[in-house]
Amino acid sequence: MSNDLSAAVKEICLQHNNDRIYLMDILRKVQVDHGSVSDEAIDAIADAVSIPRVEVESTATFYAFLSKEKKGKIVIRLCNDIIDRLAGVDVVAKAFKEELGVDFGETTADGLITLEYTPCIGMSDQAPAALVNDEVITYLSSDKAREIVRTLKKTGDPKKLVSRLGDGNNASPLVNSMVHNNIRKKGDVIFADYPDGAGLKKALTMSPVEVINEVTNARLRGRGGAGFPAGMKWQFTRAAEDPEKYIICNADEGEPGTFKDRVLLTDYPERLFEGMTIAGYAIGAQQGILYLRAEYAYLSNLLENVLAKKRKDGVLGKAILGKKAFDFDIRIQFGAGAYVCGEETALISSCEGSRGDPKNRPPFPAQKGFMGHPTCVNNVETYVAVVRLIDMGAAWFTSIGSKGSSGTKLLSISGDCHAPGVYEYPFGITIKQLLQDVGAEDAKAVQIGGPSGQMIGKEDFNRTICYDDLATGGSVMIFGADRNILEVADYFMEFFIEESCGYCTPCRVGNVLLKGYLERVMNGQAEEADLEVMKSLARTVKTTSRCGLGQTSPNPILTTLAKFYPEYTKLLKTSKDGFKPSFNIQEVLQESQSITGRKSVHFS
Amino acid sequence: MSKPKVATTSLAGCFGCHMSLLDIDERILQLIELIDFDKSPIDDIKEFTGRCLVGLVEGGCANEENVRVLQDFRKHCDILISVGDCATMGGLPAMRNTIPLRECLEEAYLNGPSVYNPSGKIPNDEEIPLLLNKVYPCHEVVKIDYHLPGCPPSADTIWQALTALLGDKPVGMPYELIKYD
Ligand SMILES: Cc1cc2nc3c(=O)[nH]c(=O)nc-3n(C[C@H](O)[C@H](O)[C@H](O)COP(=O)(O)O)c2cc1C
Ligand code: SF4
Ligand code: SF4
Ligand code: FES
Repeated sequence: MSNDLSAAVKEICLQHNNDRIYLMDILRKVQVDHGSVSDEAIDAIADAVSIPRVEVESTATFYAFLSKEKKGKIVIRLCNDIIDRLAGVDVVAKAFKEELGVDFGETTADGLITLEYTPCIGMSDQAPAALVNDEVITYLSSDKAREIVRTLKKTGDPKKLVSRLGDGNNASPLVNSMVHNNIRKKGDVIFADYPDGAGLKKALTMSPVEVINEVTNARLRGRGGAGFPAGMKWQFTRAAEDPEKYIICNADEGEPGTFKDRVLLTDYPERLFEGMTIAGYAIGAQQGILYLRAEYAYLSNLLENVLAKKRKDGVLGKAILGKKAFDFDIRIQFGAGAYVCGEETALISSCEGSRGDPKNRPPFPAQKGFMGHPTCVNNVETYVAVVRLIDMGAAWFTSIGSKGSSGTKLLSISGDCHAPGVYEYPFGITIKQLLQDVGAEDAKAVQIGGPSGQMIGKEDFNRTICYDDLATGGSVMIFGADRNILEVADYFMEFFIEESCGYCTPCRVGNVLLKGYLERVMNGQAEEADLEVMKSLARTVKTTSRCGLGQTSPNPILTTLAKFYPEYTKLLKTSKDGFKPSFNIQEVLQESQSITGRKSVHFS
Repeated sequence: MSKPKVATTSLAGCFGCHMSLLDIDERILQLIELIDFDKSPIDDIKEFTGRCLVGLVEGGCANEENVRVLQDFRKHCDILISVGDCATMGGLPAMRNTIPLRECLEEAYLNGPSVYNPSGKIPNDEEIPLLLNKVYPCHEVVKIDYHLPGCPPSADTIWQALTALLGDKPVGMPYELIKYD
């Protein structure tokens, strides 16, 4: 038996040329085929790939979709992110538990089904949602949950769960999923009607430097969150001496409440790959990598198919469109369930087959990225925008949007509103307008940019979406009048605690402490001084963490403190004697009293 | 005008911080020009005789008596200082915080490799203060005005803090006094 496992695992390694670069793919395949990456499997991989065991183990134990313990043949991953909580995920969870007879984190006795929670799977516009192996199940209810379990028990096949098909390419036999695109508003750049291929054709009539100049002049900034000028990044990567260069597309889309990249990957993959190819030409790269979050594995056949077609059409591969000196191809690299892998240096670590640990910067990826070679990492939407930008020109592009922020932005809008979905707006749109369009005029609070962004209230609804005011990678979560803002912040802290890679103490420990203080407030045990401690701790975490995760993780607390202060103060206690209201002597003596069988003499 | 009063105590600490206080050497003569000691192991006064300007607390809270004493300090002192890592963070005693209390007691009195305890009982006299479920740093129990880190903080650090407070000056610490490597 165990020899079988070892042989099977080695076979998987061989299919991947025993190459360490493909460690993530090897591990994913082992997990899917064998239900776990056991110690034995780790031994076999280390042996076959000829790397130290600890390297395999450290990668294998980092990702949520890989596990040492045996999982069921089917894994149900129910999203319990904030939007699903608003949508009533707890009754769905209860139904799953009852019908399966196991709790979350457990597997049915017959080894068929494992039940788990997962953070946002990019379906916030159709919550509650779950992944059943690779299949996405949307708009869940308790009845549907029960039906799912029954079908799985009867057929053992998650594919049988897809009843109604979604729109666009979701209905294609290559995808066959019930996901809806929910494209609610089309703008002039991303969702515009225009023929594929025009951007690349035009780019190839220009010199690479001209292409970069065009992107620079268009003042295109990264759409993934940080908003770095794309032209500058391209130019740095091009200027790096090493001739071996890489283009990476960040399709990790892990920021809770973001799902616009999902829609682009579903219905506009041609444009995405075209944009990456233009980048490859401009920068002088030979290879592109699409880093795709494991949650979007249901799109892999479609994407591979589009890549194959492009190779056949001569727009990928050798001498693209007959241009002799221009070879460029794209491959897909899957993630395995780790938010931090959206951070570009962690993403590169992951592409290299390692733990998704962020790296120290400098050197920046543009100088030394994937395997030490200059690498340009951009978001899906950034590459798609490039195609139209090159086709129409920089002057056209800058005529759209606001002064400092040209072009349009896709917003993934979810939460308490009538029409959740993806909206393409020119930069400069006010929150008020947006709330009107989605049917959420009575919103109490809006979280802009996901947990790492900011929570704003009514007094800020006249502000605008753009890089100089409310910058966002696209996540807009709306909270209605009766929502508890502190509970939302508390959940966001839980998310960061779970997703921290653990390298920096301030991020690993500080966020746990911050959440503790927040809970103290929520339990009515905090005093005003505790809020000051929270602020100072939050500043420490922000300023002493290595990567963007830790640098933004206290934002849920800081921004709600700034904008919803009364929600905190109404719960505060005042202590006249200087004793902490959070310290409950009876509670902390309970254990002792039960062990010794006597009562406290000092505190009775 | 009568001299301001200073009280000190050792809760769940090793007295090392008090030793460090005594390490101010001959400056103790200067100190008693400036202050009177009230409740403190230094003069063996057991209960507060009146209001104090400063309370120096060594050690965190491991049992109910620690809590009672600390609350008593808070009641009587204008300024309360956590002195040393045990007071500020729980320190060494807090290493038990990850282990359930019963297991700690069983290891200490029944199962430990060097335990000789023919009675097979965990001591449980009325006189023994009840342990808290965990060891708590002082600021988790009462409001603390200043924290002096170090295990122990050096005599110079303690001296600097005290003289600043007594002189009504801001407690600024030169880098050398709070640098630990
Ligand atoms: C914790 C963390 C998660 C991130 N997740 C994503 C993501 O899912 N997608 C993305 O495009 N950028 C993400 N980013 C930003 C990337 O590091 C990087 O800035 C971006 O991919 C660059 O592309 P752009 O300039 O086109 O936006 C994340 C950053 C951090 C710190
Ligand atoms: S800030 Fe957090 S996620 Fe980023 S490297 Fe440090 S520990 Fe890891
Ligand atoms: S801080 Fe160090 S010296 Fe002070 S009581 Fe604790 S262990 Fe002893
Ligand atoms: S899919 Fe559940 S919050 Fe995004």
